Amino acid sequence: MARVWVFGDDISTDAIIPGRYLAKREPRELAKHAMEGAAPEFARKVRGGDIIIAGKNFGCGSSREHAPIALKAAGISAVVAESFARIFYRNAINQGLPVLTCAGVSKRFSRGDRVGVDFKKGVVRNLTTGETFKAEPLPRFVLAIIRAGGLLQYLKKHRTFLK
Amino acid sequence: MGMTIAEKILARASGKKHVAPGEIVEAGIDVAMVNDITAPLTVDALRGLGVKKVWDPKRVVVVFDHQAPATSIEAARDHVELRKFVAEQRIPNFYDVNEGICHEVLPERGFALPGRLIVGADSHTCTYGALGCFATGIGSTDMAAVLATGGLWFRVPESVKISVEGRLKQRVASKDLILRIIGDVGADGATYRSVEFAGKGMRGISVAGRMTVCNMGVEMGAKAAIVPPDELTKRWLAGRARGSYKPVHSDRDAAYAEELSYDAARLEPQVACPHSVDKVGAVREVDGVEVDQAFLGSCTNGRLEDLIDAAKILKGKRVSKRVRMLVVPASREVYLEALSRGVLKTFVEAGVLVESPSCAACMGGHIGILAPGEICISSSNRNFRGRQGSPEAEIYLASPATVAASALKGKITDPRDV
Ligand code: SF4
Repeated sequence: MARVWVFGDDISTDAIIPGRYLAKREPRELAKHAMEGAAPEFARKVRGGDIIIAGKNFGCGSSREHAPIALKAAGISAVVAESFARIFYRNAINQGLPVLTCAGVSKRFSRGDRVGVDFKKGVVRNLTTGETFKAEPLPRFVLAIIRAGGLLQYLKKHRTFLK
Repeated sequence: MGMTIAEKILARASGKKHVAPGEIVEAGIDVAMVNDITAPLTVDALRGLGVKKVWDPKRVVVVFDHQAPATSIEAARDHVELRKFVAEQRIPNFYDVNEGICHEVLPERGFALPGRLIVGADSHTCTYGALGCFATGIGSTDMAAVLATGGLWFRVPESVKISVEGRLKQRVASKDLILRIIGDVGADGATYRSVEFAGKGMRGISVAGRMTVCNMGVEMGAKAAIVPPDELTKRWLAGRARGSYKPVHSDRDAAYAEELSYDAARLEPQVACPHSVDKVGAVREVDGVEVDQAFLGSCTNGRLEDLIDAAKILKGKRVSKRVRMLVVPASREVYLEALSRGVLKTFVEAGVLVESPSCAACMGGHIGILAPGEICISSSNRNFRGRQGSPEAEIYLASPATVAASALKGKITDPRDV
């Protein structure tokens, strides 16, 4: 049972990991500043397994892959948002951080609610309120990358993208 | 059914006769770019893959721009490691800290050619679409896959056509046009889509202006932004192009998910207000807001004509005492040209700080970091919270002329009023 952090629309990669920390590329160093621009207390209070629930266009802005790396290293186990910016979405998958698109979630969760997520079926449950949401299930190809632990692991196994 | 430019380029690159939106293709990459912020992760990932040699060193371009010259010990260390990587891999196209911003260097040096498929480990790679190519930003791991295999998977995007008619009026710039469009479409209005900027109005806009427009395509979520190549494109590329190219155009019966049209002649100076690129209004609606810093530069508006637009306003005057104005040319070529034309002299005489080409204040890495509560008017492309320093600072995005007029008056000012 995971706890949630709730964020609004248009959370940019500048909020997820500000530009001035990009020269630090060790995941644990990046994790110390995760979400600094949106919730300064995040890095101190986040617990392993927590899930981020957000509004639309999560991860907009820079192509910096430091953003999903920072979130994953901070312990975030998945991001569920109403929509994602394109590059962040791909980066997260490539880093093995599950991302799920789910309409209407951001207003139906409060910080600290418990959440259950079924990635295969594409179902998100607010265990605190009992509400259930239908997410867009991940394409098989994408699930396979996440399951492998990221694109690197996937490519090591398959050597090509599509088969 | 016909195809759009974007579809044709992806079809050619993936060895297919025809592709349709939604289809997943594996395409061969013509040029791949990394910069000093995204290359370290790319190199780590490449090593993680156990790959010893990049697929084709001649197609790889490496540019140091985000932390150039080195802004910290860690950045300096990254530069040292990357220079080693470039030498080991025998990558001939390497631009060190003295060359400029990647998105200015690649077009200037003739890598961005009509019909090409280009990826860059930087979101503003879409800038090159101004020259009729399909160029898109990717992350570092995807880039490692490209450097290892020469290919990448793409979902063929739906295309959107934005037709621009009419001519921009005096002191109204291509920046005002793209800000207005983003204000209407929204920061995620074109996500996963390819935006084609067509129409007579677009043909009347210089290549530099087209780059400004395409640069901000990603600020509405677009995967690529493309201007159909024309005579102007050809002329601009003469003497620059590396190799031959074949312009690609959309078919008459190509399908668009959406079509919009704009009349450039009716536009007035625009500004994007904090903290979102789509909070756009006329400069007149916010004029009078006092500013602490004015930044003219970045891959959006650091080109020669941008500097000239601003210099015309500042010629023989001094910027307001309450404002620090920074001018950062986008590349060495721009710097040199501005130097020899006396443009930089105008700035220095006006009390402006002129810095060497780099991303500089655009992403808050160095040069002109904002304090809590400070307000900046910037010619760059992003005003997200924390982008240029403190999360409690505010950034307004505007054209070079508006930035200069505001620096002059110490408050946000319509450039037609000075
Ligand atoms: S100038 Fe700004 S937007 Fe452009 S590449 Fe540099 S940091 Fe990115």
